[in-house]
Amino acid sequence: MRGSEIRNSEQELQQFQLRVGIAGAVVIAAFALLGARFLWLQVLQHDVYQAKAEDNRISIVPVTPNRGLIVDRNGVVVARNYSGYTLEIYPRRVKNIERTIDALTEYVDITTRDRVRFRKLLQETRNAESLPVKNRLSDEEVAKFAANRFRFEGVEIRARLFRQYPFGDVGSHVLGYLGRINTQDQQKLEDDGVGANYRGTDYIGKAGVEATYESELHGTTGFEQVEIDAAGRGIRTLSRTASQPGSNATLELDMRLQQVAEIAFGDRRGALVAVDPSSGGVLALVSKPGFDPNLFVDGIDPQYWAELQGSPDKPLNNRAVSGLYPPGSTLKPYLALAALETGKRTPRSSIFDPGYFDFGGRRFRDDKKGGHGTVDLYKSIVDSCDTYYYHLANDMGIEAIARFLGPFGFGSRSGIDLAGESTGVLPSPEWKLKRFKRPEQQKWYAGETISIGIGQGYNSYTPLQLAQAMATLVNGGTMYKPRLVAQVDNPRTGERRVVDREVNTRVRFRPEHVDFIKRAMAGVNKEGTGARAFAGAQYSSGGKTGTAQVIGMKQGEKYDEAKVAERFRDHSLFIAFAPLESPKIALAVIVENGGFGARAAAPISRTVLDYFLLGKVPAGLTMPTPEDEAAEAEESD
Amino acid sequence: MAVLESRLPFRRVFARITEGIDPGLLIIMLSLSLLGLATLFSASYENPGRVVNQAVNLAVALAAMWLIAQLAPQTMMRFAVPAYIIGLCFLVAVALFGDVVNGARRWLHVGVTRFQPSEMMKLALPLMLAWYFHRKESTLNLRHFAVGALILLVPFGLIVRQPDLGTAALVGAAGFYVIFFAGISWKVLATVAGLGMAVLPLAWGFLHDYQRRRILTLLDPSTDPLGAGYHIIQSTIAVGSGGFSGKGWLNGTQAHLEFIPERHTDFIFAVFSEEFGLIGNLLLLILYSFLIARALMIANSAATVFARLLAGAIALMFFTYAFVNMGMVSGILPVVGVPLPFLSYGGTALLTLFIGAGMLMSVHRHRRLVQT
Repeated sequence: MRGSEIRNSEQELQQFQLRVGIAGAVVIAAFALLGARFLWLQVLQHDVYQAKAEDNRISIVPVTPNRGLIVDRNGVVVARNYSGYTLEIYPRRVKNIERTIDALTEYVDITTRDRVRFRKLLQETRNAESLPVKNRLSDEEVAKFAANRFRFEGVEIRARLFRQYPFGDVGSHVLGYLGRINTQDQQKLEDDGVGANYRGTDYIGKAGVEATYESELHGTTGFEQVEIDAAGRGIRTLSRTASQPGSNATLELDMRLQQVAEIAFGDRRGALVAVDPSSGGVLALVSKPGFDPNLFVDGIDPQYWAELQGSPDKPLNNRAVSGLYPPGSTLKPYLALAALETGKRTPRSSIFDPGYFDFGGRRFRDDKKGGHGTVDLYKSIVDSCDTYYYHLANDMGIEAIARFLGPFGFGSRSGIDLAGESTGVLPSPEWKLKRFKRPEQQKWYAGETISIGIGQGYNSYTPLQLAQAMATLVNGGTMYKPRLVAQVDNPRTGERRVVDREVNTRVRFRPEHVDFIKRAMAGVNKEGTGARAFAGAQYSSGGKTGTAQVIGMKQGEKYDEAKVAERFRDHSLFIAFAPLESPKIALAVIVENGGFGARAAAPISRTVLDYFLLGKVPAGLTMPTPEDEAAEAEESD
Repeated sequence: MAVLESRLPFRRVFARITEGIDPGLLIIMLSLSLLGLATLFSASYENPGRVVNQAVNLAVALAAMWLIAQLAPQTMMRFAVPAYIIGLCFLVAVALFGDVVNGARRWLHVGVTRFQPSEMMKLALPLMLAWYFHRKESTLNLRHFAVGALILLVPFGLIVRQPDLGTAALVGAAGFYVIFFAGISWKVLATVAGLGMAVLPLAWGFLHDYQRRRILTLLDPSTDPLGAGYHIIQSTIAVGSGGFSGKGWLNGTQAHLEFIPERHTDFIFAVFSEEFGLIGNLLLLILYSFLIARALMIANSAATVFARLLAGAIALMFFTYAFVNMGMVSGILPVVGVPLPFLSYGGTALLTLFIGAGMLMSVHRHRRLVQT
């Protein structure tokens, strides 16, 4: 044994030495290969590469593609490009930037704002070749500078395309805006492996459809081989691979409807989402206040940015998809349907409402002092009787409620083609267990179920979720994934990508039950809480008002609007659909601190439905045309 | 008399310092490093501080080499397992909470600085494998090679996942050399290679987009002149335009007009080649050949299985780095992040190389004295 090991060892050593020899041979062969390659490149092909090195004076210049247009469902252009001249500084070629700008003011009007913006750009984008110091030069400025160009090394005029949003701040949260590519964007582009395609591109979609559909809107960058002189100026173009323009996006949105809705809001804060119940297409999506995306286009002026960021109204937040609100009484139709489906109530079940509901030593009050008297299911919706739903919620229990509301999309993201969607909260014992840490907080109390019945308590949903639930209820139970963009067309190849109609969930309920709910909601607009807002409507519609508390009232304390500061007033909500038979539109409106649902939100819904179904432009409101807005934007600039 | 006395301790100190240092290896490495500093000076004319930095790196690396050279191979063996395990822990730590740079998770924060644990594996893995096969001396069978393969594949897999294909390939190669020198049979090797070829199309599916693009770009760089192809096009132009005798030191237009990307690090060979031409390249090949030959000689006369396997692996690591880097710059291999040994700017790579050299010197000092 011992002897064989020694023999083995010797054998292994011999084998090792053999393999060292083999390794040596491989090394020689590999180096010979390299040597041959060097000989090929440096001697045999030397002239070719020598010429190429010379040709490196020929630079490859990226040709930026035209960004795709965005049009609404009727073909109205809502985002387009226009060409303009910019005065650009090449920081690496300029010795003293401040002094250069000082000298430039002699020929071009450069304001303090422009300077501040330029300095900010310089800080944010370290490796940019050139940065604009002044956008949209007038013809006169172009001429003046051109005549004195020789005095300014490293300063040039460039013709560039700018993004323009003809409707100004209308639909700003849908369209989003473009902003300069910053270091983070650059990193992301590199990581996605599309860095090369963004050579020469300065702007990228930062929010809204502009961001979601960035990869399709952007297009493909071409390149040009340009012979350049020692100073880097182009002399002639040798070859050119054309850029391919970005695809055009067609929205499901009706921009006119959007305009009507935004005008109806006036200066009030809030959100509106209107969807097509048969497809999930978003017809209007309002979040007020908005912002003017045109101001982001040439590097936003820091002052305006600070204003937007600092405003207590949070104009940059897209309330429609990220704002969370208690649904208030707009939840009642769903609870009524749940009661019918689970057999807890029949259309004839009635209660006597004394104006309150006592539970566990607490008194839950109805909105109406003295109560609604005898109330059946129909009346409970039409008159929005709280006491009825205190009973109902208590009878159903929180689990059954959560189980029924979940499939309507309450408390889950819809998957809309916009960033920043909130999840919301569909309250349930499981949710509470996950949400809280301490055991005494994790427990679900039966008293908490009572307030869920009138859409208060932990309930909080986005306006989009409310509109989606409405659409699902009225279309027979199919929840489509909402989408802003209907299709994307490549203008070169004619290729069309239709954004598919996708189904999120299907809810099962009996047709006679949902018909009853729809009739009751029609009753709201005819004889109930929505009757005033819908007086004289020439179409059939269903609706439901809602009022959501912003601050908790002590039981027994009466809410007195006059005494409450504006920001703590109740939110006003309304959900609606029309027409009654085969609805074409379902919507949800919330007006922050608007008070009763019937007062602020219902009239906005009426205005929107009037326009959508009858083409009626609201009286006393003039519809600005996009051209007017554009002209205004030019003036204010 | 007094002078003589004062000289004596000096001579003794000198003798102590040079003890265990292999002059042949040292001279070759220093020549390469000096060529590196000269090229770096040309490549970073806009930032001369780099040359000073690299000189400091060189001094540190030399000190590390000296320290390692003083150790006996038996002592190094004791470090093999801990070094490997610590290296693995670091790699796992990187996977869990490493920094993401350029989309890959490679860096680990340690106090004020951060480092790439995968770099450490370049030596820790061959150490570990050499230790393992040493313990199984003369009883080697297929099972041992399977264990060896496992020792290799764990860190390799972790580095591939980062993802860092370049370093993974180098670490994998270092481990493979040990297994190869340990005497794995050709039959097994051929079978594994055959299987590897078979799953290659499958592996393509697992590659990241940018990795696929690099391979496709190698086949036809002109498809992507603005992106990945740019590196290869420009570096090939630099090499080719260098010609027989080069454009001369500090006269490379490709380098000085900033056409060569990464010109102090991975693409420094393009600068060297442009300025020193075919003659310079051949000189470089000869220096590397000497270095590798000397290292293989040391391996050949090593006293123990551990020592010869380690030395053999280090010798071929030097070869791999040099070959892959020059092959990539001259456009016959895909672009992977491999520095040119002793020339590229960067302290970590230099440290690894000199520590490897220190190990060789230690092996050489404790060689077999009687040839059998």
